[in-house]
Amino acid sequence: MSKLIRRYSDGERLNHWALAIFFFLAGLSGLAFFHPSLFFFSHLFGGGAWARILHPFLGVLMVLSFLGLFFRLWKDNLFDERDREWRRNAGRMLRGDKAGMPPVGKYNAGQKTVFWVMVLSLLVLLVTGFMFWRPWFAPYFTIGVMRVAVLLHSIAAVVLVLTVIVHIYAAIWVKGTVRAMTRGTVSETWARQNHPLWHREVTQGK
Amino acid sequence: MASLQSLDVVARSATTTPTPQVRNAVPQVAKLIDESKCIGCKACQVACMNWNDLRDEVGQNIGVYDNPADLTPSSWTVMRFFEVEPEEGKLEWLIRKDGCMHCEDPGCLKACPSPGAIVKYANGIVDFISENCIGCGYCVKGCPFNVPRISAKDNKAYKCTLCSDRVGVGLEPACVKTCPTGAIGFGTKPDMVAYAQKRVGELKERGFQNAGLYNPEGVGGTHVMYVLKHADRPELEGLPANPTISPLVALWKGVAKPLALAGMIGAVLAGFFHYMKVGPVEEKADSDEKADA
Repeated sequence: MSKLIRRYSDGERLNHWALAIFFFLAGLSGLAFFHPSLFFFSHLFGGGAWARILHPFLGVLMVLSFLGLFFRLWKDNLFDERDREWRRNAGRMLRGDKAGMPPVGKYNAGQKTVFWVMVLSLLVLLVTGFMFWRPWFAPYFTIGVMRVAVLLHSIAAVVLVLTVIVHIYAAIWVKGTVRAMTRGTVSETWARQNHPLWHREVTQGK
Repeated sequence: MASLQSLDVVARSATTTPTPQVRNAVPQVAKLIDESKCIGCKACQVACMNWNDLRDEVGQNIGVYDNPADLTPSSWTVMRFFEVEPEEGKLEWLIRKDGCMHCEDPGCLKACPSPGAIVKYANGIVDFISENCIGCGYCVKGCPFNVPRISAKDNKAYKCTLCSDRVGVGLEPACVKTCPTGAIGFGTKPDMVAYAQKRVGELKERGFQNAGLYNPEGVGGTHVMYVLKHADRPELEGLPANPTISPLVALWKGVAKPLALAGMIGAVLAGFFHYMKVGPVEEKADSDEKADA
């Protein structure tokens, strides 16, 4: 058993899981209004009217909890030249050839992309969501504006869901990843293998 | 109101399976509003209040005849008064009874996310089933005529029912019954179209060259139609010249729905099969040395 390295603080983990819970609650209540075959999700919230009432609050809580993570993590997610090299080799990674990948820091280009797509889609969801939030904010917008808002809101929501599916799958696929968010630590082997530059950085001088 | 039987429902909001189709001999109905016969007395507004037991708040007079100034959750029809000059120097006073048009292809029903909150009956009437309404306001975005109004008291959407309860038992709508000049007619849609054509001919003889029937094709025709003196310019009276369900709404509640659903399910399946094909990225103890180098 190799040594454990701290990857996420207690605060980061609790923040992440609050975000995850609000994502699922906002997502399920929202999907209920998107497709008739998913309307049954509204029953989890006490029926259609309750799902309609709760959804915007859950959405705002989701955005607020994301904001906490955003300020903690945005610097580590800035793209640099190494990400281009990684992206060129992304196909090899998907085929399971992990060894051929260029070394990465705390996050690889895929993780960074997930981060920024989430930022963008949540921003669109927040702004357009206010535009047809009944009964308080919708009256300030014209029907024409609200039609654009509902369409953009749906598109951003689907993009976010797809991104989260990628995010969750990556965590399941790369063994040893989930404990970073459940325990806060990863094994040294995992760090060396998946994030060698980050590993070097955090173990320097130790 | 759910005043007709379930057998009469031919379209139902947020429902992907067919509604009962067995009762197919029901004639299509239509209300025909002949603006050339309307004197703006508002008896139709009173009859609507009376039959439907609605009492709107007594609001403010805004200096014109329009009262109330707009449709509200408890005023399902209002007379709108327009002072227009279709030709330079020729003032005309046009009066239009506004309310739900009962589209053959209703945008409200297309947009509604709540199963059975909006239905279309076999006779063509589009009705809101209030007990299923969740108050989201999507019908407002779907409607090409800006008709549904949502109550601040109960967060339910309301509009003209075309007196579906009266029509269901063989009566005409309350506004039709009460109209003192016969400006509002009611019958089968073919009869009303034929009658409208006759009226249009008479109006043309009297000098209204552009008189015509307003039964817009963009929404599949409507079950409330107008005989307009200036049918070439319905905008004069606040009617859209070519109403359709907004392309944004059609995209949102049309092709985007199945595509997005397939995309989300597809992404989960892609992940599952990727895992089964490629397998996980394991933590390899033997790579420790290499990575360190």
